[in-house]
Amino acid sequence: MDKTEYLKFVEENSPKTRKVKTMLFAFIAGGSICCIGEAVRDVLDKILSPTAPQLSSYVTIIMIFLGSFFTAVGLYDKLGRKAGAGSVLPITGFANSVTSAAIEHNREGVVFGICAQMFTVAGPVIVFGIVLSVVSGIVKLLFLS
Amino acid sequence: MFWEYVSEYLKVFITGGLICLLGQILINHSKMTTARILVLFMLTGGLLEILGVYRYVVEFGGAGATVPISGFGSVLVKGAFESVNEHGFLGVITGGMNGAAAGIGAAIFLSFIFALIFKSKTKEK
Repeated sequence: MDKTEYLKFVEENSPKTRKVKTMLFAFIAGGSICCIGEAVRDVLDKILSPTAPQLSSYVTIIMIFLGSFFTAVGLYDKLGRKAGAGSVLPITGFANSVTSAAIEHNREGVVFGICAQMFTVAGPVIVFGIVLSVVSGIVKLLFLS
Repeated sequence: MFWEYVSEYLKVFITGGLICLLGQILINHSKMTTARILVLFMLTGGLLEILGVYRYVVEFGGAGATVPISGFGSVLVKGAFESVNEHGFLGVITGGMNGAAAGIGAAIFLSFIFALIFKSKTKEK
């Protein structure tokens, strides 16, 4: 049996119910995290009542704080084992990827451990994000304004 | 008043949930890594923002559209657009960072502090 046949064999015999279950968990977890974000927004809206763009920045900062904090105390990874994409795709998952990489490597020192390893997952996101924003800026400059 | 809240949060839940469900389907069927999934959804969000579609998703889903990483992509593009309007060519370079400053700044600073305070859970194994 070669490699492709083996992978096919695994695919056929891996439980289908588990896939449906992971999808359900992802849906629920992702929806819940977004509801927390909406709640944070509602509360801030009452307390601060600033202009809209600033408000969304505050919401982002608080969600990142929650993601980082629960990663640091070890709870976010427990959620991640069940929720899959439901914990990865919200901005808390972005914070989780940065914080968990930083904490994992903190014994290797501040510069080469924490600072260098922090971006193993977030690095590609930031790089592609900056490239995307520059390309969209050029598009705006040339075609839309 | 109460039912307004219920329908608002239901929309948020469904929008955010569906985005994550899409991601989970991708993970189940393509075995993509976390970094690739994040990049793919961010780029998709950014592209939809360029096309002017994402703002309608945000209008419907609120935090359900802004909290997932696709919202991060849309913020980057929005920042670039606003900066280009204000500063012209310079805005092309500075705009994305302006939009994403809150997210990236908070993530880096907090992770640095937490990594100094907390010890890794998998040590000595």
